[in-house]
Amino acid sequence: MPRAAVRFHIVALFAAALLAAVSGCARSDENPTAEADSLPARARDHAIRTLTAFDTGKITKLPGGRTLREYWVEARHADVEVSPGVRFPAWTFNGAVPGPTLRCTEGDSVVVHFRNAGTMPHSMHFHGIHPAGMDGVFEQVAPGDSFVYAFTAEPFGLHVYHCHTMPVKMHIARGLYGVFLVDPPRPRPKAREMVMVMNGFDTDLNGEDNEFYTVNGYANVFFRDYPIPVRAGELQRVYLVNMTEFDLVNSMHTHANFFDVYPTGTSLTPSVYTDVVTMGQGERAIIEFTYRHTGRFLFHAHQSEFSELGWLGQFEVTSGVAPGATP
Amino acid sequence: MKMSARTILLGILPLAVVAAMAAWFLLGGGLRLGLSAPPIEKLAIERIVFRPQEIVLHVRNVGPGELTVAQVFVNEAIWDFSISPGRRLDRLGTAKISLPYDWVNAEPYRFAVVSGTGLRHEREVEAATATPAPSPRTFAVFGLLGLYVGVIPVLLGLLWLPFLRAAPRGWLDFWLSFTMGLLAFLAIDTLSESGEVLERVPDTLNGMMLVAFGVAFAFLALNAVSRWLPSGGAAGGMGLALLIAIGIGLHNLGEGLAIGAAYTLGEAALGSFLIVGFMLHNTTEGLAILSPLIEKSASARDLILLGVVGGAPTLIGTWAGAFTYSDPLSLLFLGAGAGAILQVLWVLARSRSAKGEPVMEALARPANAAGIVAGFAAMYGTSLLVAG
Repeated sequence: MPRAAVRFHIVALFAAALLAAVSGCARSDENPTAEADSLPARARDHAIRTLTAFDTGKITKLPGGRTLREYWVEARHADVEVSPGVRFPAWTFNGAVPGPTLRCTEGDSVVVHFRNAGTMPHSMHFHGIHPAGMDGVFEQVAPGDSFVYAFTAEPFGLHVYHCHTMPVKMHIARGLYGVFLVDPPRPRPKAREMVMVMNGFDTDLNGEDNEFYTVNGYANVFFRDYPIPVRAGELQRVYLVNMTEFDLVNSMHTHANFFDVYPTGTSLTPSVYTDVVTMGQGERAIIEFTYRHTGRFLFHAHQSEFSELGWLGQFEVTSGVAPGATP
Repeated sequence: MKMSARTILLGILPLAVVAAMAAWFLLGGGLRLGLSAPPIEKLAIERIVFRPQEIVLHVRNVGPGELTVAQVFVNEAIWDFSISPGRRLDRLGTAKISLPYDWVNAEPYRFAVVSGTGLRHEREVEAATATPAPSPRTFAVFGLLGLYVGVIPVLLGLLWLPFLRAAPRGWLDFWLSFTMGLLAFLAIDTLSESGEVLERVPDTLNGMMLVAFGVAFAFLALNAVSRWLPSGGAAGGMGLALLIAIGIGLHNLGEGLAIGAAYTLGEAALGSFLIVGFMLHNTTEGLAILSPLIEKSASARDLILLGVVGGAPTLIGTWAGAFTYSDPLSLLFLGAGAGAILQVLWVLARSRSAKGEPVMEALARPANAAGIVAGFAAMYGTSLLVAG
């Protein structure tokens, strides 16, 4: 072949490559992200499930009659949705925010098998009374490592657990927390029970403030997706926990109703009868109320700013058995 | 001359190689190198339109990849919105976000668009005002505004001609240099105005280069125009006066855009005080146009022509700014204003020097130096009236 023809062929080859590349790019543009589509459903379901899901552990009777409860918790990093369309790179206990509600009774022997599946050290720091070595502060758990927390559940009340790795502010803001509920030896009166974890999400990760405020991890979920069905006359007990980072306080206000407040749940006698309870970071309270009237009743943070950034819900009170209500 | 196929192919060859390399990189080669950084979403709120019970945000994706509009906050509250054509924006893609909102006149508003990865993209409005919809009435109102701040002051400034002619002959140098000081002020003023706009223009659009392009293009264009004038305009008279009028006119186009946009963007409540300020400020521009005519004859028609060339662009700018404002376009015009003035300055500076005399030495002569300083000071003084 003459040299000019060879050159022509080389050029033609490049042109063909260019065409192939362009068509290839066009194809890769239509890239349906099936995984992202399930994020909203996951967030909604997790928030609703957290309301009534109690992990009571694997129960074994110890010689002497004590109850041993074993729990399995894993720290892992996972994307969650915190408001429709808004993804958040969370650090989680068991894959979602908040982590599982661990429930036991005062005096139980508690064993938590913790595994760190994250990419940096994490820990579990329980509120309660326990030995120093079980406090999850100085015993940091490296990625891939495990740790067994073992202690006696005391005192009874509504507590929390959270990661205590520095910077703690960051590890809490990213979602590493959950409820640790210790029931009194003699159970509280029968009631319809709900867990509500108030929190915030710093989605732009500026480390200064929250973009969204939620209950159980998904903005406005109990207003938009799942107004909570309630039966009139039935005692409602809310385990209310404040794990909001950055903002000093969070609160809950119920419309057209009042409630009894048991701060930290450590007493069986209510301390105040009110319709707004305000709590600092890490604070919690059990609140109990009964709806006399039927209809739709709002509940929300009385920091209106928070309520308009996602902390808003409603109770749908009916006289009969509410559809979907847990007995 | 006809190019052979071979020449054309040789011209395309480097492009084809680059395209092939880019394709390899995008189709996974970049990943293999471990160089693919996560794209950071960037969204610009380019324009905010206030209508009765409605606010419309014009947004543009100025990040490196596609993004999704997830939520919109108005004054730190999640707000319902509709978006067209859709939530997903390609790179440089645009959308309109409509928010039903009972906004209150003259109150500040803060908007934040939250994109899919939770990043906030913000824009503030200092004082909300109804965005003028193009109608005969608003057209007339903004036309009148442009007339007041641009056309009438420049024409009024031209009335100084008899005074200038009556002044002692020796003052001629002073007045021409006075014009230079004045133009120098306008050039810097125009560029600093573009600085304000630059803050709003996303980095992706390379706003500084738009200004530079405007400067270079206007300078070269006016240079070409001046070549048709006798001795490049340096001889003075109507030619030079026209050149100055064109330069000032282009500056006023930018000024008009800024005035119209101030309404649109709700960033300045343009009070009557500000309008009076612009009137005084721009009257001195008439003076600048006159200086080459002091010793030459000029008809009333000539003067009106000069006034219109220098002042009317304000009118056009005000309309454009009020009804179809765009920051990038504004940068281009502001650059053009500065470039045109710099070219006129250059012609004027050369006209100050006698044959063979270096320009810098000519400008250092007492009459010229005093004129430049006085012109600059006069503009600075009247500019204080515009400070808002």
